[in-house]
Amino acid sequence: MKIGVLVKQVPVSDSSLRVNPDQLWVEEGSLNFEMNENDSYALEEALQIKEQSGEGEVVAISMGPADRTPKIIREALSKGADRGIHIVESSSHESDPYILATLFNEAVKDEGFDLVLSGLQSDDMSTGQTGLILGELLGMSTATMVVETEIQGENLKVKRELESGWFQWVTLSLPACVTIQSGINQPRYASLKGIMSAKRKEIRELQKDELMTGDSLQSLSKMYVQHKDKRTEMIEGDTQEIVSRLVDVFKSEAKVL
Amino acid sequence: MDILIVFEAKEGQAHRMSLEAVAAAQSMAKELNLTTAVLVMGKDAKSLAENASALDVGEVLTLEHDLLSEYSADGYTEALKQIIAQESPSYVVMGYTYQARDWVPKVSAQLTIPYISDVISVKAEGESPVFTRMVYNGKLISDITPTGGETAIVSFQAAAYPEDSVISGSAETRSVEVELGASMISTVSEPPFQEESGGVDLSGAEVIVSVGRGIGKEENIPLVEALAKSLNAEVGSSRPIVDAGWLPTFRQVGSSGQSVAPKLYLALGISGAIQHIVGMKGSKNIVAINKDAEAPIFEIADYGVVGDILEILPKLTEAIEQ
Ligand SMILES: Cc1cc2nc3c(=O)[nH]c(=O)nc-3n(C[C@H](O)[C@H](O)[C@H](O)COP(=O)(O)OP(=O)(O)OC[C@H]3O[C@@H](n4cnc5c(N)ncnc54)[C@H](O)[C@@H]3O)c2cc1C
Repeated sequence: MKIGVLVKQVPVSDSSLRVNPDQLWVEEGSLNFEMNENDSYALEEALQIKEQSGEGEVVAISMGPADRTPKIIREALSKGADRGIHIVESSSHESDPYILATLFNEAVKDEGFDLVLSGLQSDDMSTGQTGLILGELLGMSTATMVVETEIQGENLKVKRELESGWFQWVTLSLPACVTIQSGINQPRYASLKGIMSAKRKEIRELQKDELMTGDSLQSLSKMYVQHKDKRTEMIEGDTQEIVSRLVDVFKSEAKVL
Repeated sequence: MDILIVFEAKEGQAHRMSLEAVAAAQSMAKELNLTTAVLVMGKDAKSLAENASALDVGEVLTLEHDLLSEYSADGYTEALKQIIAQESPSYVVMGYTYQARDWVPKVSAQLTIPYISDVISVKAEGESPVFTRMVYNGKLISDITPTGGETAIVSFQAAAYPEDSVISGSAETRSVEVELGASMISTVSEPPFQEESGGVDLSGAEVIVSVGRGIGKEENIPLVEALAKSLNAEVGSSRPIVDAGWLPTFRQVGSSGQSVAPKLYLALGISGAIQHIVGMKGSKNIVAINKDAEAPIFEIADYGVVGDILEILPKLTEAIEQ
């Protein structure tokens, strides 16, 4: 089983975000980045599928600037991925999922993956499309929002999450591309041995500018802060004052005490 | 037509988000002077067509085919591709449902046409629409324009356009046909099922004390349970708490979990992602405590505290018990 996993670097979740003066992207200089949460579930699933089948390879694939992306790929390698592919871009201003997917397709189309996994969306643009479009470009069968996987010979059986606590089992023929929902597993931590051995694993670098892409299908013309329309009473003061106002709200506004 | 609205069935009737998509399409049609039509397909096509023909839309297209009676991503993709070729709409719109997540990007990829997902509003700039969507988990907003293709697909976020703003009317139906073969469908789907809830129906609760990742670690959960007890409340949670196994699945509030509307909803260390908000925004009083003043939960809270829940919770419980 040869498995590719897309892993993306995104700002840590409690980052304070500022928009650039050109209003086209966030100021990234002072931000810290981490592996997109859903991708870390996808990585763990890939590692478990490989371990269960007893053979194969897990390849971690990421696109992003040279300063922060290798760290995310190394993290995947130290958890057990066998090698990495890094599409190096000078800036990360790409928001069109179709372009992203065509770049990944160019980078991996000759790998012959049996399975491609990714998180169901990224915590930055959250288009929820890149993994699925890549599956299409690779000519694979696809499924999304997967919360359980089972390899059955030439097929992959997945449990898909539907709305409001409903689920459905779907069987796909391999090769397949599926996007992973959080909670599917408990992602592992890297062991010290894993971290040491990751240093010797290969990360192949490709330059984004040298890969073929299609024409873009959508473009981001402005990024900004949402104006707020609901009036919120902000309760301020020391803890004692806050607590007594809250009790007051419970009593006289919500009338639950 | 200019705008084709694709309906989805839920329990045999039009999905609420399909009606919201109609509201969005009607507003787009008005601003940009466009015509609309609804497409219904699948085994519920007849009842969906009935729903749709009572709306102010140009016409209702019904598509019935054995291979579309149960949903499959491949079947729906192929069907919409053929309908787009036959009808040449400028826009195809729908709700950003879980089902739409599963198949609509495939249509975009196969036809090389733009698909703008999870849109919260549309504004007209001259002759063309600009679509607004949230980025960075609701912390920022972005304007997106389609740049290629004759047709652009757009899906709308839950409640972006309220269902009750849909304009009723009456529309004729017309049946349409596509050519599908079993070999086009590469997946085999089993019937949907609900997991044993084994638990509580939160939808009837008067007070919900809901906990998010801000609680930090499993050992702190009892702080929340103590507060809930003092308020005679049910404990709810965001998804990461359930993913980590700190609380059972039936406690999860949101698009994948339960929808609730208590008199009081206390959101503790919950950032306010849209998938959480759709499950609790109907609550009468929303009180949010979060250490990040910019957390999107404050957009919908009636009362907000910027502070540390670990510090506030024990004191709040104590004060209520007195
Ligand atoms: C298809 C799909 C379906 C989903 N379904 C659901 C669903 O049904 N329900 C759901 O909840 N989510 C769902 N999610 C996940 C959702 O997108 C968010 O990831 C999730 O709601 C975030 O949970 P959170 O707010 O607890 O965590 P985070 O977003 O990590 O937020 C934690 C918050 O705690 C604050 N905080 C940290 N420490 C403290 C402290 N000491 N005191 C006070 N505040 C603190 C932080 O400032 C932050 O705002 C779904 C996602 C997808 C893509």
